[in-house]
Amino acid sequence: MRRLSLPLGKEAGMLRAGDLVFLTGEVVTARDRAHLRMLELLSRGEELPVDLRGGVLYHCGPLVRREGKGWRVLSAGPTTTLRMDPLLPSLLPRLGVRAVVGKGGVGEKTKGVMRRMGCVYLAFPGGCGALAAKAVEEVRGVHWLDLGPPEAMWVLGVRGFGPLLVAVDSRGGDLYERARRGRVEGARG
Amino acid sequence: MRGVTQREVEGACLELLRRASTRLPPDVKAALRRALRSERDPIARVNLEAVLENVEVAEREGLPLCQDTGLPLFYFRMRPSPELDPGKAAARAVRRATEEGILRPNTVHPLSRKNPGDNLGRGMPLVRFLPPDGEGMEITVMLKGAGAENVSRTAMLTPEEGVEGLREFAVRTVVEAGGKPCPPVIVGVGVGGTAEVSMELAKLALLRPLPRRHPEAPLRRLEGELEREINRRGSGPMGLGGRTTCLGVKVEYAHTHTASLPVSVNLQCWAARRASVRMEGGEWEWR
Repeated sequence: MRRLSLPLGKEAGMLRAGDLVFLTGEVVTARDRAHLRMLELLSRGEELPVDLRGGVLYHCGPLVRREGKGWRVLSAGPTTTLRMDPLLPSLLPRLGVRAVVGKGGVGEKTKGVMRRMGCVYLAFPGGCGALAAKAVEEVRGVHWLDLGPPEAMWVLGVRGFGPLLVAVDSRGGDLYERARRGRVEGARG
Repeated sequence: MRGVTQREVEGACLELLRRASTRLPPDVKAALRRALRSERDPIARVNLEAVLENVEVAEREGLPLCQDTGLPLFYFRMRPSPELDPGKAAARAVRRATEEGILRPNTVHPLSRKNPGDNLGRGMPLVRFLPPDGEGMEITVMLKGAGAENVSRTAMLTPEEGVEGLREFAVRTVVEAGGKPCPPVIVGVGVGGTAEVSMELAKLALLRPLPRRHPEAPLRRLEGELEREINRRGSGPMGLGGRTTCLGVKVEYAHTHTASLPVSVNLQCWAARRASVRMEGGEWEWR
């Protein structure tokens, strides 16, 4: 088990499929609509509201509540990465992230891009929103609330965020592929 | 209905949403604990341990188990009553629950994707009426997340493909879904009727508690066989490998046209959030 601090450097490339990781630092959430908007802005040569270099892109649409002037994150598990997968090969290199957190894994093309970038895919256990919310220390910012709270981009300060399983590493190791190939031992049929 | 007021129905709907969002039904919890005992794969164990810890944290702190509180589905088992408007009660409860942070504002216009912010909008919330069971009223709420709903499938099989065709289709649907529906899932299979009836049946099947098998022996056997076959494939918790891809398979059927064999598969994630209340003669029984 490894405890890593964000932003990540080259150590991301050293992680191997099956490693267990807990993160401390800043993660940025995005899902369908935010991915489209990021690409739109970048292709017009505009800047994004957050610098994600060395950072972590978290596929998540948190459940939040306004408390006073700030926000409280009540539940914040991962969403399915594969919906955004077609956009990732062009988006990830421009963001320069070192890790993507989500569930369900990524496609072949994205895997190739991540390998070249030294970027890994970390799986947070799906549905574990309360557990994830407990690791959120503060909401540092929110952008694009016009998309609705789930689709907005949340900048979250996290401590001991996990368990995160390295599901796709930068050498092509892929736990999802392994699971698709392997049947339960001793099984018939 | 004598004794139950519109206000009480609304209050019951809100309480059901709170319970469903923050607590897992006891039968699902027990099945997850059994799954953890049977897993040797360290990765499957990490996932199931996190799931069980999440359930504990959510219950202890009153937090939504999952941020995807889904679309709430309301099932009313009642006789028609001129004094009650269950749809309106459900809608008001949904708006309140969204304000309280029990439900994430999930509903959007399907094409403009504009989010009204209150989980309402055209056709929302989803309300279904079931035949009454005795004098009282029973309300069930199920929260249906998109991860599991998005991998639903319907096949119009030929009668010649028969039960073998159903088996192949159901197993393939679950295995190909991989980690998307957040396994271990509960698998609802609806067979017969028309295309849309088979899907309604598949969804209704998800309301049946896990230990309860189909009352008819051939279907009971089919449920057991499908369950074992799916779990043999090794997709496992979160699609990351292991013995437990599904916690159970539930099959419901209706008669169909002699030329048809509609089969639908509807999955529910491990966070199979449902809650019921039975209101009869002034007594409220929560389940």
